[in-house]
Amino acid sequence: MKQPGRILLGLYCLLVAVWLVAPTIVVVPMSFNEKKSLAFPPSGFSWQWYQNFFTSPEWSASLIGSLKVAVVTAVFATVIGTLAAFGLDRMKSRVSGVLRALLITPMVVPGVVLAVGIYAVYLDTRLVGTMTGFVLAHTMLAVPFVIIAVSASLEVFDKRLETAAASLGATRLTAFRTVTLPLIAPGILSGLLFAFVTSFDEIIVALFITSPYLKTLPVQIFSSITRDADPTVAAVGTLLFITTSLVIGAGLLIGSRQGKR
Amino acid sequence: MASSSTRGAAIDLRSVSKHYGSFIALDKVSLHIEPGEFMTLLGPSGSGKTTTLNVIAGFTEVSSGSLDVGGKSVIGVPAHKRNIGVVFQHYALFPHMTVSRNVAYPLTLRGIANPDRAARMRKALDMVKMADFGHRFPSELSGGQQQRVALARAIVFDPPLLLMDEPLGALDKKLREWLQLEIKRIHRELGTTFVYVTHDQEEALVLSDRIAVFNQGRIEQIGTGRQLYDEPETLFVGKFVGDSTILRGAASTSGNETALEIEGRKVAAAKRLPNGAKPVMLLRPEKLSLARRGKGGQDRNTLPGRIGEAIYLGSGSKYEVVLADTSKAIVRSTLDAETFAIGDEVDLVFAGSDVKLLADDENADFTLT
Repeated sequence: MKQPGRILLGLYCLLVAVWLVAPTIVVVPMSFNEKKSLAFPPSGFSWQWYQNFFTSPEWSASLIGSLKVAVVTAVFATVIGTLAAFGLDRMKSRVSGVLRALLITPMVVPGVVLAVGIYAVYLDTRLVGTMTGFVLAHTMLAVPFVIIAVSASLEVFDKRLETAAASLGATRLTAFRTVTLPLIAPGILSGLLFAFVTSFDEIIVALFITSPYLKTLPVQIFSSITRDADPTVAAVGTLLFITTSLVIGAGLLIGSRQGKR
Repeated sequence: MASSSTRGAAIDLRSVSKHYGSFIALDKVSLHIEPGEFMTLLGPSGSGKTTTLNVIAGFTEVSSGSLDVGGKSVIGVPAHKRNIGVVFQHYALFPHMTVSRNVAYPLTLRGIANPDRAARMRKALDMVKMADFGHRFPSELSGGQQQRVALARAIVFDPPLLLMDEPLGALDKKLREWLQLEIKRIHRELGTTFVYVTHDQEEALVLSDRIAVFNQGRIEQIGTGRQLYDEPETLFVGKFVGDSTILRGAASTSGNETALEIEGRKVAAAKRLPNGAKPVMLLRPEKLSLARRGKGGQDRNTLPGRIGEAIYLGSGSKYEVVLADTSKAIVRSTLDAETFAIGDEVDLVFAGSDVKLLADDENADFTLT
């Protein structure tokens, strides 16, 4: 009957799922390796690589660097992206379509192309390896995510509520602050989380503009793994995997809750 | 919220026009509304009634003309400075605020603090009988309840003028009829000027002191419900307000009399149109009666027809009669009158004195949505 077909389909789906998730999951057992090797399968069990991550100055400096860059980036990208989304929403549709496409380009252009461009500009302006340089580059990359998230919640926002607020005595700014902003807050918050993650795990541009004085976590992972087979990388990978999943999960949850009321 | 008849603001629209590109939404509309009056703007969709409301509210700028509210010009004054209450068809309650906070919103904006704010909020909710729902969110209320909260929010800051844009349009008939009476009561208690937009002529008749009938961006007639029904000035008003039968035919006049010839039969009325316009006859359902074919009598106008539809209404019957020229007549008869069945051959009988003679107008057709 239908049974063989269903089993075949199930097997196929399982295969694809394993293929998609396996590389990420493989990192987890490797991080508990007893020996200083990245061989798979690992042997023995130990917490030493996690210990190493939190005690080694090199690793913790890069973690703090990454967090700083990501937090500042998230704030800037959210402010700029929200304003942009709001402007696009209130524009004539033909103009806004073109502008929207333009604002989304950092998401579409190959990372390497962007990185080379940014590096060329930074060399002249001495922004390589600086906090300002990282925040500028990452904000540019994160703004499209905020625009998309906030636009989605503006799409379901009933603009007639602003008209109602005006009739009750609210200026445009007051109406925005008391009515529009609270109602699109879920979109802004999910945009903020996406912006944070975009910066936190960005590697391509970071590799180009990094310096010994400012390294982000992904850069540190990359240089560590090219130098020696240090399982600390696997420990960091596991931690990143868990945090990113939580943050993105929260973002999606908040995003899907909007407009339900 | 002291009840006094001097609280309402007068409104004066003079020659107000609104153009959107080449489309004329309002064509030199002039309208005077007395303080404390309940004025309804009645018309089909796209007739300009909502545009007029939006112009008064300040949501739409006029292209030309003048607009005074309470004796002062409000041209160029933004909506948030006009101090006019507005109730929308879609309620427009703020979904992230409770009922209490929704109603307190205009008071907070005006810097009114507790306990005054709470007292006024409670009073407004009492007036719409929603006092027990303060802690609820709008999503937890029915449509009728939401609209009552919206009404409370629009009157809580004591505006001298309240605008309502088809506020009952989204509600079912029974609820609508009950809320109409509630709105009438609130109007009486407040003494505020009410301007009410609807496409429902029955609703307009129930609520209004006066009605302005809109068609294609212009006002066709302004008057009380009775005036519009008994003395329509245009064919559009006659057709839009109440049921009506329109008779068209080859016209001839002699002296003070106008006659129409319809499929070989002449009907006459002792009236004349002042100018050379093509006359049509308009008759209200209760001015028409039915008789078996050939028994209509000689002294009155008769037209042969066949019963197309017979509806029993409890208080009487309503008939649709198909005339010889395939046009339809609507007849309302009382309980004691003779009854007819579908397909019966009848004579439509009416007195010349009950005929409204109006100028024909091909723009008198309308669609309701």
